[in-house]
Amino acid sequence: MTPIKRTIKYEADRVRGFAKEIMSVSGCEQLQSCIQCGTCSGTCPLSIYMDFSPRQVMALVRADFKNEVLRSQTVWLCSSCYACTVECPRQIRITDIMYALKQRAIKEGVYPKRFPIPVLAKEFAAMVRRKGRITETLLVLKLFLKANWRAVLGSWRLGLGLIRTGRFVLRHERIERQAELAAMLAAADNNNGQPKEAA
Amino acid sequence: MKYSYFPGCSLKGLGRAYEESLLPVMRQLGVELVELEDWNCCGATAYMSVDEQKASVLAARNLAIAEKTGPQDLVTPCNACYLVLNKTKHNIADFPDINQGVQRALRKANLTYSGNTPVRHPLDVLVNDVGLDVIKEKVVRPLKGLKVAPYYGCQVVRPYATFDDAWNPTTMDRLLATLGAEVLHFPLKTKCCGGSLTGTIPEAGLRLTYILLKEAVRRGADVIATICPLCQFNLDAYQDQIERRWGPARIPTVYLTQLMGLAFGLSPAQLGLKRNFVPMKPLAEPTPA
Repeated sequence: MTPIKRTIKYEADRVRGFAKEIMSVSGCEQLQSCIQCGTCSGTCPLSIYMDFSPRQVMALVRADFKNEVLRSQTVWLCSSCYACTVECPRQIRITDIMYALKQRAIKEGVYPKRFPIPVLAKEFAAMVRRKGRITETLLVLKLFLKANWRAVLGSWRLGLGLIRTGRFVLRHERIERQAELAAMLAAADNNNGQPKEAA
Repeated sequence: MKYSYFPGCSLKGLGRAYEESLLPVMRQLGVELVELEDWNCCGATAYMSVDEQKASVLAARNLAIAEKTGPQDLVTPCNACYLVLNKTKHNIADFPDINQGVQRALRKANLTYSGNTPVRHPLDVLVNDVGLDVIKEKVVRPLKGLKVAPYYGCQVVRPYATFDDAWNPTTMDRLLATLGAEVLHFPLKTKCCGGSLTGTIPEAGLRLTYILLKEAVRRGADVIATICPLCQFNLDAYQDQIERRWGPARIPTVYLTQLMGLAFGLSPAQLGLKRNFVPMKPLAEPTPA
């Protein structure tokens, strides 16, 4: 028998204080004034692939449905093109709210497991912390090995193309004063009330 | 004219043809780009997804170094770097908590930042500081008959740019026309290319790239002109995969600065044009007058 599933949210599914937490993030205060017009969903080039549209995410956040938004595919499909942010008639920085949600989904480890985007974000951050710069080809190799080693085989044509065109870089780009950067990032770690990094 | 220059990681890697063409073109125009001393990754979209405070610190280190060493204006050719550095500059000015955290981190490196580093894109510098009349004087080989689809990408015009419109920018159109090219009306000029989703969720990311390629082909373009290393990579390197999924979409994508270099009489080899997956056809030999 197919298991049945409740499709309406109960009040008990809410996580009290979540909306307040997101709206306390610098730049996200305006969420309070969302009129649910749907302009964000209409301008979003990726909303056709999302489980919740951007408009729905705004409503869910404001109503404290933390678990639903943090586990959604939507925040990871946002490519940061800022179309919604520019168009929002209430000047809500929707892209920045998506970032605030991504940070919390990574911190709590609740992002959708088949999406390699959070893995990319974490590997990216780790490489910056160690080298100060990104070497793209090495980052992508690392991502493939961690998330989906079969993809390396599937992308052999792309890899060969990069070698042929001299764009495949194997030597790490790095900064000279790595210790200075590390000290700066460490100082950012214990900031008042800011969430610590999960990686 | 002298500027601090923040290349960004891509211009040393996948987007090296951008730097290879930007530097000689700027030199010809009398623009001196001084590479920012010990610059670090801007953080891009990825670091912002992990930790906002650290992402601000990363970008702020570059702004502070530019403020300390000068020249004041910081030019960055990558759309993502342009957005992140600008965004951080705005956030530091607008939000005391972000400013506080950034200043505390900067002190660890004996740096300060007072908010005085204008972040500029080369397109802005070319059109507004150098000027189209000066550029026109350098054109020795007009791109006559070359049909170009001008593609700006998203983060160069949204939401922090002040030098052009968020949806219908025209600076690159005018610059290409100055080079003698036939500039096509390209309404998708600021639609997202898919960003890093082309690699992480290809069914969605590559579809966005495909839409741009198909539209440029449909409008009869010979070439797409870009000003962002990630846009160039997506539009150029994935055409094999895109055609296997959805059908024909073959068209070369080059940097604006490569087209400028050709018009200034530089050779394709000097401009990194051999780095394209889908090569641009050589310009027709100029007919002797």
